[in-house]
Amino acid sequence: MSRAEPTLAQKTSSASVRPEREPLLEVADLHVSYGAITALTGAALTVGKGEIVALIGANGAGKTSTLRAVSGMLKPKQGRITLDGAPIAGKKSHELVPLGMAHAPEGRGIFLNLSVDENLTLGAYLRKDKEGIERDRQHAFEMFPRLLERRDQRAGTLSGGEQQMLSVGRALMSRPRLLLLDEPSLGLAPQVIEKIFSILKTINQSGVSILLVEQNAHLALGLCHYAYVLETGAVVMQGTGKELLASDEIRKAYLGE
Amino acid sequence: MSEFVQHIINGLASGTIYALVALGYTMVYGVLKLINFAHGDVMMVGVYVGYATSRQLERDTSQSFFGVTLIFLVAMMTCAALGFFIERFAYRPLREKPKLTALITAIGVSFFLSYSFQVETVVGGLTLLPGAAPKAFPEIIKPTEWLVIGDRDIVIWNWQVISIGIAAVLMTGLQYLVFKTRFGMAMRAVSFDHRTAGLMGIPVDKVISFTFMLGSALAAGAGILYAIKDTLVQPLMGVTLGLKAFVAAVIGGIGHVPGAVVGALALGLVEEFVVGYGSSTWRDAVAFGFLILVLLVRPEGIFGRMTAEKV
Repeated sequence: MSRAEPTLAQKTSSASVRPEREPLLEVADLHVSYGAITALTGAALTVGKGEIVALIGANGAGKTSTLRAVSGMLKPKQGRITLDGAPIAGKKSHELVPLGMAHAPEGRGIFLNLSVDENLTLGAYLRKDKEGIERDRQHAFEMFPRLLERRDQRAGTLSGGEQQMLSVGRALMSRPRLLLLDEPSLGLAPQVIEKIFSILKTINQSGVSILLVEQNAHLALGLCHYAYVLETGAVVMQGTGKELLASDEIRKAYLGE
Repeated sequence: MSEFVQHIINGLASGTIYALVALGYTMVYGVLKLINFAHGDVMMVGVYVGYATSRQLERDTSQSFFGVTLIFLVAMMTCAALGFFIERFAYRPLREKPKLTALITAIGVSFFLSYSFQVETVVGGLTLLPGAAPKAFPEIIKPTEWLVIGDRDIVIWNWQVISIGIAAVLMTGLQYLVFKTRFGMAMRAVSFDHRTAGLMGIPVDKVISFTFMLGSALAAGAGILYAIKDTLVQPLMGVTLGLKAFVAAVIGGIGHVPGAVVGALALGLVEEFVVGYGSSTWRDAVAFGFLILVLLVRPEGIFGRMTAEKV
């Protein structure tokens, strides 16, 4: 696993050029459709090792479809997806987990019929190292002490924010190299969002690359190293977070200024 | 009083058979949200495999512990394979299609099994399909009185004890599998949301295949227990018994494992009381009346949880 120096990560988030990084995820010419409805028409993006990349755009622009195609939840109609150089397009989700893919899906994807603890255990489903799993479980509880208080409760009894914490904590249980996050801020109180985003930064500094889908462009652009703007299924603009925050078009269309 | 106790024992014995079949319905519904209407017919196939196996054995062997175990194992394994193929080729291609498509397919598979078994097919002296004529299931467990209380006030038969015993072991095992093992946790995850389960690294197709195999094997076991009691074997036997077991699963709350057992025992008792204190003509009518009554009070079944349908 390549670990980005924290100092480098901090520097790049405020720089206005994207530094050269070895690519971890590469998506090119991605086409996805649901029956007659077309969701993606040639989307392309790259996530470098140790990088946080944000994908912003309006409802229905194809953000969630991009994540789903990358994590194998749906089969792309056409396109190339590579993880660390190896082609993965069309592979099933469970085949991608051992390659280092973790996806905290839209709507958090918590198993509401299972306990908090069981949800975390399932995050490490493919791992055999019992001790390592327990260490990571403790780590998840350190990150999110609320989960420790509720570890034996059914996940269905958690609040939205707690479920989001569980979703992130669970995704980390597989020790991913690439973490896909779908709208982690959705429906949460500002303090909870702030907490989750600061933890995302820590997670990234520990070496995990992140592809983040967000409606809240302000938050996403503030956190990411690099961002892509999706519109009707294709990338229309890209740049570092700082560049896009400064762009008039973005400010008008996505930041409501 | 003793008559009442006798009815309870009889009702529990037939209820456990319903329970084993109901578990298959409820497990498959749990992972796929599909009512597998072919389930009763898979059970029927199991009975015929048991029948054929016992005919291959010497009479003494088929009545020995080894013989009976062998008959159960062959029938259960054959049905597990049948369940695997049904899921793989009939249901899996339709998984992402509307639920109604799979439901109609299930009815088709049911008809396919129950009617193809009515076409007597003999190739080179080997009977491949048995034909419509009812057959008598061999007496692999000789009915004897296991316990007699008073002046034959209460009689417990050995097959009742065996039936309840086997069912109890299988159900406890299943409960353990679903709630105490890693695989069971995967099953429950798939049941809740199979797409997210895949994101955890759970091989969803394998879990679903295994669930079908397990349910089908339980049905085969139940079918043989039923045939030992009722002795008459015919290709349409799975339809009624399957429907009853389905009713039991719905009463208990479909998708809920202990619920299926409770629903089945309740159904077995209700039927036994109707036959015992009323008339056997009313047995099926009361069984379905009981279903309607339960659903009027609790539409989600005794243990079921109301879930809002996502639109």
